[in-house]
Amino acid sequence: MSNEPVFCQRFEISGKDFINAGKASTTIKAILREIGIQPAVIRRAAIACYEAEMNVVLYARKAIIELRVTPQEIRIRVEDEGDGIPDVGLAMQPGYSTASDEIREMGFGAGMGLPNIKNNADTLQIHSVVGRGTTLEMAIGL
Amino acid sequence: MDGYFHSVRIAPERCTGSMACLKVCPTEAIRVRRGKAAILEDRCIDCGECARVCPRNAIVPQTSSFTDFARFQYTIALISPVLYGQLRKEVMPRTIVAALRKIGFDEACDVACASEAVSTAVDEYLASYRGPLPLLSPFCPTIVRLIQARYPDLIDLLIPIDSPMEIAARDIRQKKMKELGLRREEIGVIYLTPCPAKMVAIKYPPRKKKSHIDGAIAISDIYHPLLAATSDMSGDACKDGQSVTGSGLGWPVLGGQVLSLRAERSLAVGGLDDVERILEEIENGKLGDIQYVECHACPQGCCGGSLTVDNPYVTRGKMLSLLARFGGTPCQDRETVRELYHRNYFSLPGKISSRPLAPLDQDIAKAIEKRKRVQEICRVLPQINCGACGAPTCLSFAEDVVLDQAPLQDCVVLMARQAPSEAGSGKDHAA
Repeated sequence: MSNEPVFCQRFEISGKDFINAGKASTTIKAILREIGIQPAVIRRAAIACYEAEMNVVLYARKAIIELRVTPQEIRIRVEDEGDGIPDVGLAMQPGYSTASDEIREMGFGAGMGLPNIKNNADTLQIHSVVGRGTTLEMAIGL
Repeated sequence: MDGYFHSVRIAPERCTGSMACLKVCPTEAIRVRRGKAAILEDRCIDCGECARVCPRNAIVPQTSSFTDFARFQYTIALISPVLYGQLRKEVMPRTIVAALRKIGFDEACDVACASEAVSTAVDEYLASYRGPLPLLSPFCPTIVRLIQARYPDLIDLLIPIDSPMEIAARDIRQKKMKELGLRREEIGVIYLTPCPAKMVAIKYPPRKKKSHIDGAIAISDIYHPLLAATSDMSGDACKDGQSVTGSGLGWPVLGGQVLSLRAERSLAVGGLDDVERILEEIENGKLGDIQYVECHACPQGCCGGSLTVDNPYVTRGKMLSLLARFGGTPCQDRETVRELYHRNYFSLPGKISSRPLAPLDQDIAKAIEKRKRVQEICRVLPQINCGACGAPTCLSFAEDVVLDQAPLQDCVVLMARQAPSEAGSGKDHAA
Protein backbone atom coordinates (compact mmCIF):
# COMPACT_ATOMS: atom_id res chain seq x y z
CA MET A 1 0.00 0.00 0.00
CA SER A 2 2.76 2.44 0.94
CA ASN A 3 4.68 1.74 -2.27
CA GLU A 4 1.68 2.51 -4.40
CA PRO A 5 2.20 5.63 -6.51
CA VAL A 6 -0.15 8.48 -5.68
CA PHE A 7 -0.61 11.56 -7.79
CA CYS A 8 -1.99 14.49 -5.87
CA GLN A 9 -2.84 18.02 -6.94
CA ARG A 10 -4.84 20.81 -5.31
CA PHE A 11 -6.91 23.56 -6.88
CA GLU A 12 -8.27 26.67 -5.24
CA ILE A 13 -11.79 27.72 -6.22
CA SER A 14 -13.49 31.02 -5.42
CA GLY A 15 -17.21 31.42 -4.92
CA LYS A 16 -19.01 33.56 -7.54
CA ASP A 17 -16.02 33.32 -9.88
CA PHE A 18 -18.05 32.49 -12.97
CA ILE A 19 -15.23 33.42 -15.35
CA ASN A 20 -13.04 30.57 -14.14
CA ALA A 21 -15.82 28.18 -13.19
CA GLY A 22 -15.10 24.74 -14.63
CA LYS A 23 -11.38 25.28 -15.19
CA ALA A 24 -10.30 22.97 -12.37
CA SER A 25 -12.46 20.19 -13.83
CA THR A 26 -10.94 20.77 -17.26
CA THR A 27 -7.40 20.57 -15.86
CA ILE A 28 -8.28 17.45 -13.89
CA LYS A 29 -9.63 15.87 -17.05
CA ALA A 30 -6.38 16.64 -18.90
CA ILE A 31 -4.35 15.05 -16.09
CA LEU A 32 -6.51 11.91 -16.15
CA ARG A 33 -6.01 11.66 -19.92
CA GLU A 34 -2.24 11.90 -19.52
CA ILE A 35 -2.33 9.14 -16.96
CA GLY A 36 -4.24 7.01 -19.43
CA ILE A 37 -7.56 6.58 -17.62
CA GLN A 38 -10.34 5.15 -19.83
CA PRO A 39 -12.44 7.86 -21.55
CA ALA A 40 -15.70 6.59 -20.03
CA VAL A 41 -14.22 6.83 -16.51
CA ILE A 42 -12.78 10.27 -17.23
CA ARG A 43 -16.21 11.41 -18.33
CA ARG A 44 -17.82 10.26 -15.07
CA ALA A 45 -15.08 11.92 -13.02
CA ALA A 46 -15.42 15.09 -15.10
CA ILE A 47 -19.18 15.36 -14.63
CA ALA A 48 -18.97 14.70 -10.88
CA CYS A 49 -16.07 17.12 -10.45
CA TYR A 50 -17.71 19.82 -12.55
CA GLU A 51 -20.94 19.63 -10.54
CA ALA A 52 -18.98 19.88 -7.29
CA GLU A 53 -16.97 22.80 -8.64
CA MET A 54 -20.14 24.60 -9.74
CA ASN A 55 -21.65 24.04 -6.29
CA VAL A 56 -18.70 25.91 -4.80
CA VAL A 57 -18.97 28.73 -7.33
CA LEU A 58 -22.72 29.05 -6.79
CA TYR A 59 -23.05 28.57 -3.05
CA ALA A 60 -19.74 28.74 -1.14
CA ARG A 61 -17.09 31.38 -0.43
CA LYS A 62 -14.12 29.32 -1.49
CA ALA A 63 -12.85 25.77 -1.60
CA ILE A 64 -9.90 23.49 -2.13
CA ILE A 65 -10.35 20.67 -4.60
CA GLU A 66 -7.90 17.84 -4.09
CA LEU A 67 -7.38 15.23 -6.76
CA ARG A 68 -5.70 11.93 -5.83
CA VAL A 69 -5.05 9.24 -8.38
CA THR A 70 -3.75 5.77 -7.58
CA PRO A 71 -3.72 2.68 -9.81
CA GLN A 72 -6.93 1.66 -8.00
CA GLU A 73 -9.03 4.79 -7.93
CA ILE A 74 -9.62 8.47 -8.56
CA ARG A 75 -10.49 10.35 -5.39
CA ILE A 76 -11.74 13.93 -5.45
CA ARG A 77 -12.23 15.87 -2.23
CA VAL A 78 -13.90 19.27 -2.23
CA GLU A 79 -13.62 21.15 1.04
CA ASP A 80 -15.49 24.44 1.05
CA GLU A 81 -15.99 27.35 3.39
CA GLY A 82 -19.62 28.34 3.19
CA ASP A 83 -23.05 28.14 4.76
CA GLY A 84 -23.12 24.38 4.90
CA ILE A 85 -26.08 22.12 4.11
CA PRO A 86 -28.66 21.85 6.94
CA ASP A 87 -30.24 18.64 5.63
CA VAL A 88 -27.95 16.56 3.45
CA GLY A 89 -30.63 13.93 2.87
CA LEU A 90 -32.93 16.56 1.42
CA ALA A 91 -30.15 18.06 -0.71
CA MET A 92 -29.53 14.63 -2.22
CA GLN A 93 -33.09 14.44 -3.55
CA PRO A 94 -33.28 15.12 -7.27
CA GLY A 95 -34.97 18.46 -7.92
CA TYR A 96 -34.42 19.85 -4.44
CA SER A 97 -32.61 23.18 -4.54
CA THR A 98 -32.14 26.26 -2.38
CA ALA A 99 -30.93 28.27 -5.37
CA SER A 100 -31.89 31.93 -5.57
CA ASP A 101 -33.78 33.30 -8.57
CA GLU A 102 -30.51 34.86 -9.69
CA ILE A 103 -28.80 31.46 -9.86
CA ARG A 104 -31.79 29.94 -11.65
CA GLU A 105 -31.67 32.79 -14.16
CA MET A 106 -28.16 31.61 -15.05
CA GLY A 107 -29.45 28.16 -15.84
CA PHE A 108 -28.31 26.50 -12.63
CA GLY A 109 -30.12 25.43 -9.49
CA ALA A 110 -32.16 22.60 -10.99
CA GLY A 111 -31.48 20.51 -7.92
CA MET A 112 -29.45 17.94 -9.87
CA GLY A 113 -25.95 18.77 -8.61
CA LEU A 114 -25.52 16.31 -5.77
CA PRO A 115 -27.69 13.59 -7.37
CA ASN A 116 -25.53 13.89 -10.49
CA ILE A 117 -22.36 13.51 -8.46
CA LYS A 118 -23.81 10.47 -6.72
CA ASN A 119 -24.80 8.92 -10.06
CA ASN A 120 -21.35 9.33 -11.54
CA ALA A 121 -19.15 8.47 -8.54
CA ASP A 122 -18.84 4.99 -7.05
CA THR A 123 -18.86 6.38 -3.52
CA LEU A 124 -19.80 9.79 -2.17
CA GLN A 125 -19.45 11.08 1.36
CA ILE A 126 -20.77 14.44 2.48
CA HIS A 127 -19.91 16.07 5.76
CA SER A 128 -21.41 19.45 6.42
CA VAL A 129 -21.41 21.88 9.33
CA VAL A 130 -23.97 24.66 9.09
CA GLY A 131 -22.22 28.03 9.13
CA ARG A 132 -18.79 26.49 8.48
CA GLY A 133 -18.87 24.58 5.24
CA THR A 134 -19.21 21.30 3.42
CA THR A 135 -16.70 18.59 2.59
CA LEU A 136 -17.51 16.24 -0.17
CA GLU A 137 -15.41 13.22 -1.02
CA MET A 138 -16.04 11.06 -4.02
CA ALA A 139 -14.23 8.07 -5.42
CA ILE A 140 -14.32 6.30 -8.75
CA GLY A 141 -12.70 2.89 -9.03
CA LEU A 142 -10.42 2.09 -11.97
CA MET B 1 -3.83 3.54 -40.46
CA ASP B 2 -0.35 3.72 -38.95
CA GLY B 3 1.42 6.89 -40.02
CA TYR B 4 -0.78 9.92 -40.44
CA PHE B 5 -1.09 12.00 -43.53
CA HIS B 6 -1.18 15.61 -42.46
CA SER B 7 -2.52 18.76 -44.06
CA VAL B 8 0.77 20.57 -43.68
CA ARG B 9 4.45 19.68 -43.94
CA ILE B 10 7.43 21.62 -42.65
CA ALA B 11 10.10 22.47 -45.22
CA PRO B 12 13.20 22.36 -42.97
CA GLU B 13 15.36 24.24 -45.47
CA ARG B 14 13.09 27.27 -45.10
CA CYS B 15 12.42 27.01 -41.36
CA THR B 16 14.42 29.46 -39.26
CA GLY B 17 12.98 28.32 -35.94
CA SER B 18 11.13 31.58 -35.42
CA MET B 19 8.61 29.83 -33.15
CA ALA B 20 5.51 31.63 -34.43
CA CYS B 21 3.96 28.22 -35.13
CA LEU B 22 4.84 26.91 -31.66
CA LYS B 23 2.57 29.42 -29.97
CA VAL B 24 -0.51 29.15 -32.19
CA CYS B 25 -0.79 25.37 -32.33
CA PRO B 26 -3.97 24.56 -30.40
CA THR B 27 -2.90 21.01 -29.54
CA GLU B 28 0.73 21.79 -28.66
CA ALA B 29 1.83 19.59 -31.54
CA ILE B 30 4.92 21.57 -32.52
CA ARG B 31 8.39 21.49 -31.03
CA VAL B 32 11.38 23.50 -32.16
CA ARG B 33 14.47 21.33 -31.79
CA ARG B 34 17.95 22.32 -32.94
CA GLY B 35 16.50 25.44 -34.53
CA LYS B 36 13.88 23.69 -36.68
CA ALA B 37 10.19 23.19 -36.11
CA ALA B 38 8.81 19.65 -36.16
CA ILE B 39 5.23 18.38 -35.95
CA LEU B 40 4.30 15.69 -33.43
CA GLU B 41 2.22 13.63 -35.83
CA ASP B 42 -0.16 12.06 -33.35
CA ARG B 43 -1.10 15.42 -31.84
CA CYS B 44 -1.70 17.39 -35.05
CA ILE B 45 -5.35 17.94 -35.95
CA ASP B 46 -4.67 19.59 -39.34
CA CYS B 47 -6.06 23.03 -38.56
CA GLY B 48 -3.34 24.77 -40.56
CA GLU B 49 -2.92 27.63 -38.06
CA CYS B 50 0.86 27.11 -38.13
CA ALA B 51 0.99 27.60 -41.90
CA ARG B 52 -1.01 30.81 -41.54
CA VAL B 53 1.51 32.44 -39.18
CA CYS B 54 4.84 31.15 -40.48
CA PRO B 55 6.85 34.22 -41.54
CA ARG B 56 9.00 32.13 -43.91
CA ASN B 57 6.25 30.09 -45.59
CA ALA B 58 8.11 27.08 -44.30
CA ILE B 59 4.91 25.23 -43.44
CA VAL B 60 3.48 24.00 -46.68
CA PRO B 61 -0.17 23.00 -47.12
CA GLN B 62 -0.34 19.55 -48.71
CA THR B 63 -2.80 20.32 -51.46
CA SER B 64 -2.59 19.14 -55.06
CA SER B 65 -1.16 21.03 -58.01
CA PHE B 66 -2.61 21.26 -61.52
CA THR B 67 -0.08 18.79 -62.91
CA ASP B 68 -1.32 16.07 -60.53
CA PHE B 69 -4.40 15.74 -62.71
CA ALA B 70 -2.75 15.25 -66.11
CA ARG B 71 -3.58 11.52 -65.86
CA PHE B 72 -7.31 12.15 -66.19
CA GLN B 73 -9.10 12.39 -69.52
CA TYR B 74 -11.77 14.62 -68.09
CA THR B 75 -11.44 16.97 -65.13
CA ILE B 76 -14.19 18.45 -63.00
CA ALA B 77 -13.62 21.35 -60.63
CA LEU B 78 -15.76 21.02 -57.54
CA ILE B 79 -16.46 24.51 -56.27
CA SER B 80 -16.55 25.20 -52.56
CA PRO B 81 -19.10 28.02 -52.27
CA VAL B 82 -16.39 29.99 -50.42
CA LEU B 83 -14.98 30.73 -53.86
CA TYR B 84 -18.07 32.75 -54.78
CA GLY B 85 -17.19 35.18 -52.02
CA GLN B 86 -13.56 35.60 -53.03
CA LEU B 87 -13.75 37.64 -56.21
CA ARG B 88 -15.18 41.05 -56.99
CA LYS B 89 -18.69 41.51 -55.77
CA GLU B 90 -20.25 41.56 -59.21
CA VAL B 91 -18.71 38.25 -60.28
CA MET B 92 -21.65 35.89 -60.04
CA PRO B 93 -21.34 32.19 -59.35
CA ARG B 94 -22.32 31.30 -62.91
CA THR B 95 -19.45 33.45 -64.22
CA ILE B 96 -17.02 31.58 -62.01
CA VAL B 97 -18.28 28.28 -63.37
CA ALA B 98 -17.69 29.57 -66.90
CA ALA B 99 -14.25 30.93 -65.98
CA LEU B 100 -13.13 27.60 -64.54
CA ARG B 101 -13.98 25.96 -67.88
CA LYS B 102 -11.86 28.59 -69.55
CA ILE B 103 -8.89 27.92 -67.26
CA GLY B 104 -8.79 24.34 -68.41
CA PHE B 105 -11.22 22.27 -66.39
CA ASP B 106 -13.62 20.33 -68.59
CA GLU B 107 -16.47 20.93 -66.22
CA ALA B 108 -17.15 22.89 -63.04
CA CYS B 109 -19.66 21.77 -60.49
CA ASP B 110 -21.14 23.69 -57.61
CA VAL B 111 -21.21 22.24 -54.07
CA ALA B 112 -23.73 24.68 -52.58
CA CYS B 113 -26.61 22.69 -54.06
CA ALA B 114 -25.37 19.53 -52.31
CA SER B 115 -25.01 21.56 -49.10
CA GLU B 116 -28.69 22.41 -49.27
CA ALA B 117 -29.54 18.73 -49.78
CA VAL B 118 -27.31 17.75 -46.84
CA SER B 119 -29.15 20.30 -44.66
CA THR B 120 -32.40 18.54 -45.51
CA ALA B 121 -30.77 15.20 -44.69
CA VAL B 122 -29.57 16.56 -41.32
CA ASP B 123 -33.11 17.78 -40.60
CA GLU B 124 -34.50 14.33 -41.38
CA TYR B 125 -31.86 12.69 -39.19
CA LEU B 126 -32.60 15.05 -36.28
CA ALA B 127 -36.34 14.48 -36.62
CA SER B 128 -36.08 10.73 -36.04
CA TYR B 129 -33.09 10.70 -33.65
CA ARG B 130 -33.80 9.67 -30.05
CA GLY B 131 -30.32 9.38 -28.49
CA PRO B 132 -28.26 11.75 -26.35
CA LEU B 133 -28.02 15.39 -27.44
CA PRO B 134 -26.61 17.62 -28.79
CA LEU B 135 -25.49 16.12 -32.07
CA LEU B 136 -22.41 17.60 -33.73
CA SER B 137 -21.71 18.60 -37.31
CA PRO B 138 -19.09 16.32 -38.88
CA PHE B 139 -18.23 18.58 -41.82
CA CYS B 140 -15.09 20.34 -40.56
CA PRO B 141 -12.31 17.72 -40.79
CA THR B 142 -10.28 19.46 -38.08
CA ILE B 143 -13.19 19.26 -35.65
CA VAL B 144 -13.51 15.53 -36.36
CA ARG B 145 -9.78 15.14 -35.66
CA LEU B 146 -10.08 17.18 -32.47
CA ILE B 147 -12.90 14.98 -31.23
CA GLN B 148 -11.03 11.79 -32.15
CA ALA B 149 -7.99 12.94 -30.19
CA ARG B 150 -9.38 14.83 -27.21
CA TYR B 151 -13.07 14.03 -26.86
CA PRO B 152 -13.30 10.36 -27.88
CA ASP B 153 -16.44 9.87 -25.80
CA LEU B 154 -18.24 12.43 -27.98
CA ILE B 155 -17.54 10.59 -31.26
CA ASP B 156 -21.01 9.07 -31.36
CA LEU B 157 -22.53 12.55 -31.39
CA LEU B 158 -21.04 13.26 -34.83
CA ILE B 159 -23.90 12.95 -37.33
CA PRO B 160 -23.33 10.02 -39.73
CA ILE B 161 -24.12 11.99 -42.88
CA ASP B 162 -21.67 12.50 -45.70
CA SER B 163 -20.28 15.94 -46.51
CA PRO B 164 -21.64 18.09 -49.34
CA MET B 165 -18.36 17.89 -51.26
CA GLU B 166 -18.55 14.08 -51.26
CA ILE B 167 -22.21 14.03 -52.32
CA ALA B 168 -21.56 16.54 -55.11
CA ALA B 169 -18.49 14.63 -56.30
CA ARG B 170 -20.34 11.32 -56.44
CA ASP B 171 -23.27 12.83 -58.33
CA ILE B 172 -21.26 14.68 -60.96
CA ARG B 173 -18.92 11.74 -61.55
CA GLN B 174 -21.81 9.34 -62.12
CA LYS B 175 -23.52 11.81 -64.39
CA LYS B 176 -20.41 12.35 -66.49
CA MET B 177 -19.55 8.64 -66.67
CA LYS B 178 -22.97 8.01 -68.21
CA GLU B 179 -22.95 11.06 -70.42
CA LEU B 180 -19.46 10.57 -71.84
CA GLY B 181 -19.06 6.81 -71.58
CA LEU B 182 -15.94 7.21 -69.43
CA ARG B 183 -14.66 4.89 -66.69
CA ARG B 184 -14.44 6.02 -63.08
CA GLU B 185 -10.68 6.42 -63.14
CA GLU B 186 -10.74 8.48 -66.32
CA ILE B 187 -12.58 11.32 -64.60
CA GLY B 188 -10.76 13.52 -62.09
CA VAL B 189 -12.91 15.34 -59.55
CA ILE B 190 -10.92 18.13 -57.94
CA TYR B 191 -12.11 20.16 -54.98
CA LEU B 192 -11.24 23.85 -54.86
CA THR B 193 -10.59 24.07 -51.16
CA PRO B 194 -10.58 26.90 -48.63
CA CYS B 195 -8.39 24.94 -46.18
CA PRO B 196 -5.78 22.17 -46.10
CA ALA B 197 -7.81 20.02 -43.71
CA LYS B 198 -10.15 18.99 -46.55
CA MET B 199 -7.18 17.27 -48.16
CA VAL B 200 -6.95 14.99 -45.12
CA ALA B 201 -10.68 14.27 -45.36
CA ILE B 202 -10.13 13.31 -49.01
CA LYS B 203 -7.13 11.07 -48.29
CA TYR B 204 -8.66 9.48 -45.20
CA PRO B 205 -12.41 10.09 -45.24
CA PRO B 206 -13.98 9.31 -41.88
CA ARG B 207 -16.42 6.37 -41.91
CA LYS B 208 -15.51 5.13 -45.40
CA LYS B 209 -12.62 3.66 -47.34
CA LYS B 210 -12.32 5.97 -50.29
CA SER B 211 -13.32 9.50 -51.12
CA HIS B 212 -15.23 10.39 -54.28
CA ILE B 213 -12.73 13.21 -54.77
CA ASP B 214 -9.31 12.81 -56.37
CA GLY B 215 -7.52 15.82 -54.92
CA ALA B 216 -7.84 19.41 -53.82
CA ILE B 217 -6.42 22.63 -55.19
CA ALA B 218 -6.09 25.60 -52.85
CA ILE B 219 -8.40 28.52 -53.58
CA SER B 220 -5.28 30.68 -53.14
CA ASP B 221 -3.63 28.77 -56.02
CA ILE B 222 -6.58 29.19 -58.37
CA TYR B 223 -7.28 32.80 -57.46
CA HIS B 224 -5.02 34.55 -59.94
CA PRO B 225 -5.84 32.42 -62.99
CA LEU B 226 -9.49 32.90 -62.11
CA LEU B 227 -9.14 36.67 -61.78
CA ALA B 228 -7.52 36.82 -65.20
CA ALA B 229 -10.20 34.60 -66.72
CA THR B 230 -13.10 36.60 -65.32
CA SER B 231 -11.66 40.03 -66.10
CA ASP B 232 -12.05 39.78 -69.88
CA MET B 233 -15.18 37.69 -69.86
CA SER B 234 -18.11 39.06 -71.78
CA GLY B 235 -21.72 38.55 -70.77
CA ASP B 236 -22.08 35.89 -73.48
CA ALA B 237 -19.65 33.51 -71.85
CA CYS B 238 -21.88 33.37 -68.80
CA LYS B 239 -24.92 32.18 -70.65
CA ASP B 240 -24.04 28.51 -70.72
CA GLY B 241 -23.16 28.49 -67.03
CA GLN B 242 -25.76 27.22 -64.60
CA SER B 243 -27.01 29.54 -61.91
CA VAL B 244 -26.45 28.71 -58.27
CA THR B 245 -29.25 29.07 -55.77
CA GLY B 246 -30.43 27.77 -52.44
CA SER B 247 -29.66 27.89 -48.75
CA GLY B 248 -26.41 26.00 -49.37
CA LEU B 249 -24.86 29.31 -50.37
CA GLY B 250 -24.79 30.19 -46.68
CA TRP B 251 -22.81 27.12 -45.62
CA PRO B 252 -19.34 28.76 -45.73
CA VAL B 253 -20.45 31.40 -43.25
CA LEU B 254 -20.43 30.63 -39.53
CA GLY B 255 -24.06 29.89 -38.71
CA GLY B 256 -24.95 29.12 -42.31
CA GLN B 257 -25.72 25.47 -41.60
CA VAL B 258 -27.94 26.38 -38.69
CA LEU B 259 -29.76 28.96 -40.85
CA SER B 260 -30.47 26.33 -43.48
CA LEU B 261 -31.91 23.85 -40.98
CA ARG B 262 -35.49 23.62 -39.82
CA ALA B 263 -34.32 22.37 -36.41
CA GLU B 264 -34.97 25.20 -33.98
CA ARG B 265 -32.70 24.31 -31.09
CA SER B 266 -29.27 24.58 -32.66
CA LEU B 267 -26.19 26.73 -32.36
CA ALA B 268 -23.05 27.51 -34.34
CA VAL B 269 -19.56 27.83 -32.93
CA GLY B 270 -16.34 28.81 -34.67
CA GLY B 271 -12.70 28.93 -33.58
CA LEU B 272 -10.98 26.06 -31.80
CA ASP B 273 -10.93 27.76 -28.38
CA ASP B 274 -14.66 28.28 -28.35
CA VAL B 275 -15.38 24.90 -29.92
CA GLU B 276 -13.37 23.28 -27.12
CA ARG B 277 -15.33 25.23 -24.51
CA ILE B 278 -18.57 23.95 -26.02
CA LEU B 279 -17.24 20.38 -26.20
CA GLU B 280 -16.16 20.64 -22.54
CA GLU B 281 -19.68 21.70 -21.62
CA ILE B 282 -21.13 18.76 -23.50
CA GLU B 283 -18.70 16.43 -21.72
CA ASN B 284 -19.87 17.92 -18.43
CA GLY B 285 -23.39 16.83 -19.32
CA LYS B 286 -24.63 20.26 -20.37
CA LEU B 287 -26.37 21.57 -23.51
CA GLY B 288 -28.65 18.54 -23.68
CA ASP B 289 -31.48 20.85 -24.76
CA ILE B 290 -29.67 21.68 -28.02
CA GLN B 291 -30.26 19.41 -31.03
CA TYR B 292 -27.41 20.38 -33.31
CA VAL B 293 -24.10 22.17 -32.93
CA GLU B 294 -22.43 23.46 -36.08
CA CYS B 295 -18.69 23.44 -35.33
CA HIS B 296 -15.91 25.07 -37.32
CA ALA B 297 -12.21 25.19 -36.52
CA CYS B 298 -11.99 28.62 -38.17
CA PRO B 299 -13.66 31.49 -36.27
CA GLN B 300 -15.53 32.69 -39.38
CA GLY B 301 -16.33 29.22 -40.67
CA CYS B 302 -14.97 28.08 -44.05
CA CYS B 303 -15.00 31.72 -45.26
CA GLY B 304 -11.91 32.22 -43.13
CA GLY B 305 -10.08 29.05 -44.18
CA SER B 306 -6.30 29.38 -44.28
CA LEU B 307 -6.19 28.89 -48.07
CA THR B 308 -8.60 31.70 -48.87
CA VAL B 309 -7.35 35.00 -50.24
CA ASP B 310 -9.83 37.69 -49.34
CA ASN B 311 -10.45 39.02 -45.84
CA PRO B 312 -12.82 36.59 -44.10
CA TYR B 313 -15.16 39.37 -43.02
CA VAL B 314 -15.38 40.71 -46.56
CA THR B 315 -16.04 37.20 -47.84
CA ARG B 316 -18.69 36.78 -45.19
CA GLY B 317 -20.40 39.97 -46.34
CA LYS B 318 -20.38 38.83 -49.95
CA MET B 319 -21.71 35.38 -49.04
CA LEU B 320 -24.54 36.88 -47.01
CA SER B 321 -25.53 39.13 -49.89
CA LEU B 322 -25.47 36.17 -52.30
CA LEU B 323 -27.59 34.25 -49.82
CA ALA B 324 -30.05 37.12 -49.61
CA ARG B 325 -30.34 37.27 -53.42
CA PHE B 326 -30.33 33.61 -54.37
CA GLY B 327 -30.77 31.68 -51.13
CA GLY B 328 -34.54 31.80 -51.15
CA THR B 329 -34.91 29.75 -54.34
CA PRO B 330 -34.39 26.10 -53.45
CA CYS B 331 -31.87 24.31 -55.61
CA GLN B 332 -33.63 20.96 -55.41
CA ASP B 333 -37.12 19.82 -54.57
CA ARG B 334 -37.18 19.07 -50.83
CA GLU B 335 -39.44 16.04 -51.19
CA THR B 336 -37.04 14.47 -53.68
CA VAL B 337 -34.15 14.99 -51.27
CA ARG B 338 -36.18 13.49 -48.41
CA GLU B 339 -36.88 10.42 -50.48
CA LEU B 340 -33.19 10.11 -51.28
CA TYR B 341 -32.41 10.43 -47.58
CA HIS B 342 -34.73 7.56 -46.73
CA ARG B 343 -32.96 5.46 -49.35
CA ASN B 344 -29.71 6.10 -47.40
CA TYR B 345 -28.34 8.34 -50.09
CA PHE B 346 -26.57 10.58 -47.55
CA SER B 347 -25.84 8.13 -44.76
CA LEU B 348 -22.43 6.92 -43.72
CA PRO B 349 -22.75 3.63 -41.87
CA GLY B 350 -19.08 3.31 -40.84
CA LYS B 351 -17.69 4.07 -37.39
CA ILE B 352 -15.29 6.90 -36.62
CA SER B 353 -12.42 5.48 -34.59
CA SER B 354 -11.04 7.32 -31.61
CA ARG B 355 -7.43 8.41 -31.76
CA PRO B 356 -6.67 9.38 -28.18
CA LEU B 357 -3.30 10.92 -27.42
CA ALA B 358 -0.84 8.45 -25.96
CA PRO B 359 -0.69 8.60 -22.15
CA LEU B 360 2.63 9.16 -20.37
CA ASP B 361 2.89 5.39 -19.99
CA GLN B 362 0.75 2.41 -20.96
CA ASP B 363 1.10 1.08 -17.41
CA ILE B 364 -1.11 3.13 -15.15
CA ALA B 365 1.17 2.95 -12.10
CA LYS B 366 4.12 4.11 -14.20
CA ALA B 367 1.98 6.85 -15.77
CA ILE B 368 1.10 8.12 -12.29
CA GLU B 369 4.79 8.15 -11.34
CA LYS B 370 5.62 10.05 -14.51
CA ARG B 371 2.83 12.56 -13.96
CA LYS B 372 4.24 13.15 -10.47
CA ARG B 373 7.64 13.86 -11.97
CA VAL B 374 6.03 16.27 -14.45
CA GLN B 375 4.49 18.07 -11.47
CA GLU B 376 7.84 18.18 -9.65
CA ILE B 377 9.65 19.52 -12.70
CA CYS B 378 6.90 22.12 -13.22
CA ARG B 379 7.58 23.43 -9.71
CA VAL B 380 11.16 24.37 -10.63
CA LEU B 381 10.32 25.76 -14.06
CA PRO B 382 9.71 29.52 -14.36
CA GLN B 383 6.06 29.09 -15.55
CA ILE B 384 6.40 31.92 -18.03
CA ASN B 385 5.78 29.72 -21.07
CA CYS B 386 8.47 31.57 -23.03
CA GLY B 387 8.97 28.78 -25.54
CA ALA B 388 12.74 29.21 -25.64
CA CYS B 389 13.18 25.50 -24.83
CA GLY B 390 11.28 24.65 -28.02
CA ALA B 391 8.11 23.49 -26.26
CA PRO B 392 5.08 25.79 -26.15
CA THR B 393 4.53 25.75 -22.38
CA CYS B 394 6.45 24.86 -19.22
CA LEU B 395 3.98 21.99 -18.68
CA SER B 396 4.57 20.52 -22.14
CA PHE B 397 8.32 20.91 -21.65
CA ALA B 398 8.12 19.05 -18.32
CA GLU B 399 6.31 16.21 -20.10
CA ASP B 400 8.97 16.16 -22.80
CA VAL B 401 11.67 15.92 -20.09
CA VAL B 402 9.90 13.05 -18.35
CA LEU B 403 9.47 11.24 -21.68
CA ASP B 404 13.19 11.78 -22.46
CA GLN B 405 12.36 13.95 -25.43
CA ALA B 406 14.26 16.95 -24.07
CA PRO B 407 16.94 17.57 -21.39
CA LEU B 408 16.06 19.85 -18.47
CA GLN B 409 19.03 22.00 -19.48
CA ASP B 410 16.99 23.23 -22.45
CA CYS B 411 15.23 25.59 -20.04
CA VAL B 412 17.32 28.71 -20.49
CA VAL B 413 15.72 30.50 -17.54
CA LEU B 414 16.60 27.67 -15.20
CA MET B 415 20.14 27.52 -16.58
CA ALA B 416 20.60 31.28 -16.19
CA ARG B 417 19.50 31.06 -12.56
CA GLN B 418 21.89 28.21 -11.85
CA ALA B 419 24.78 29.65 -13.85
CA PRO B 420 26.67 31.42 -11.02
CA SER B 421 26.83 28.36 -8.79
CA GLU B 422 27.49 25.87 -11.58
CA ALA B 423 29.94 27.84 -13.65
CA GLY B 424 32.17 25.54 -15.63
CA SER B 425 30.09 22.41 -15.08
CA GLY B 426 27.13 23.28 -17.32
CA LYS B 427 28.33 21.32 -20.34
CA ASP B 428 26.70 18.03 -19.51
CA HIS B 429 23.73 17.68 -21.86
CA ALA B 430 23.53 13.93 -21.73
CA ALA B 431 20.39 13.81 -19.56
